[in-house]
Amino acid sequence: MVDKTVVDIIESGGVDIILSVPCIILSGIITEIEKRAFKYISVCREEEGVGIAAGAALAGKKPMLLMQNSGLGNSINALMSLTRIYKLPLFILMSYRGGQGEKIAAQKPMGEKSPLLLNALDMDCFNVKNQDDLQGLGPFIKDAFESSRINAAFLSPELWDEEI
Amino acid sequence: MKRSDVITAIAGCDGLIVCNLGFPSRELYASKDSAKNFYMMGSMGLASSTGLGVAFSQDKRVYVIDGDGSVLMNLGSLVTVAHHAPDNFCLVIIDNRVYASTGNQPTYTSKKADLELIARGAGNENVRRVKSISEMHNALEQFSDRCLIVIAETEPGNENVSIIPHDPLHIKNRFMKEIEKTGTK
Repeated sequence: MVDKTVVDIIESGGVDIILSVPCIILSGIITEIEKRAFKYISVCREEEGVGIAAGAALAGKKPMLLMQNSGLGNSINALMSLTRIYKLPLFILMSYRGGQGEKIAAQKPMGEKSPLLLNALDMDCFNVKNQDDLQGLGPFIKDAFESSRINAAFLSPELWDEEI
Repeated sequence: MKRSDVITAIAGCDGLIVCNLGFPSRELYASKDSAKNFYMMGSMGLASSTGLGVAFSQDKRVYVIDGDGSVLMNLGSLVTVAHHAPDNFCLVIIDNRVYASTGNQPTYTSKKADLELIARGAGNENVRRVKSISEMHNALEQFSDRCLIVIAETEPGNENVSIIPHDPLHIKNRFMKEIEKTGTK
C-alpha cells in the first residue's frame, strides 16, 4: 500500500522518466513503477542516471533518479557540474540506509553523512519517516520541475513499518 | 585523421550534437557553433548518457562526440545503450589513445583495451571502427536510422582553439528551443 501511494505521488508530481539503481527497500516501488506509463531505465551506476536525466530534461522531460543514499556519493560531481550548472530540474528519491537500527556496518557512514552532504551542496532535503510525511512530497516534487532545481527526498525504512 | 576532422564532419550532419568537455567542445565551437550543439562543461564521462537521455525524449537524431578516456570512465553506459538502442542515437568515440585535454597522458586503449570489442561485448549490434572520414561517412549513412557506435581512430593533439565564451544557461536555453521546434516524444 505504501509503495502504491508513493508511486501515485510521483506520478501526480509530473515525473515521466525514471533512472534507477535498485535497493531492497525500493523493490516494491520499482515493481509498482513498472506497471505504469513511466519510461523506466535501469542504469549501471547512479552517476549515469544523472547524465540520462540531464538529457531528458533538455528535451523537456521531468526526470527522477531513484536510488539508495549510498548512490548520492557516486553522483555528486555530475549533480554539480551537469545538473546544477545548466540549472536542470531533477527529483531524487533515495531509500535511506544507515540510520537507527542499521545492521550493515558499511551503510552507517553514508547514512550519517547523506543529509549533511545535501546541505553542503545547497540541495533541499525532504525526509519521509512515516505516512503522514508523504503529504508534503507531491509539492516538493513539483517544485523541482517548476523551479528547475534539484530536490532530494529520503524514504526511511520505518515508512513501511505501518504496513502490517 | 585528426579529431577536428571528425568533429567537423559530425557538425555537418543533420541532428543534435552532445559533445564531450574540453578540447572536443572547443573544436566543435570553432568548427560550427550552433543551437544544435550541447557542449558539456563538466561531468567527464557523461556525454554518452546525456545524449542517450536526449535520444529517449525526442525524435531527432542525436550524435554524441565522445572520447576514449571519457568512455573508459563510464563503460556502463555502453551496456545501457546496447539494451535500449534507440534508433536515433549515434555515439562517435574519438579514440586518440590519450587524455589529450590534460596533456596527452596515454589511456589504456593505447595498450590492450579495444573499445570496439568492449562495445560489442556490451551487446551493441552496430559498431564500426573507422580510420578515415570517408569510412565514417559510410558508416553514418549505412546506419542512419539505427543505433550506431563509431570508433574513430585519430592522431593525438588539440587544435589551437579558444575557450567557449557561452554561459551554460545560454547553451542550454538555445538547445532546448531547438528541440522544441521539432517537438518531444
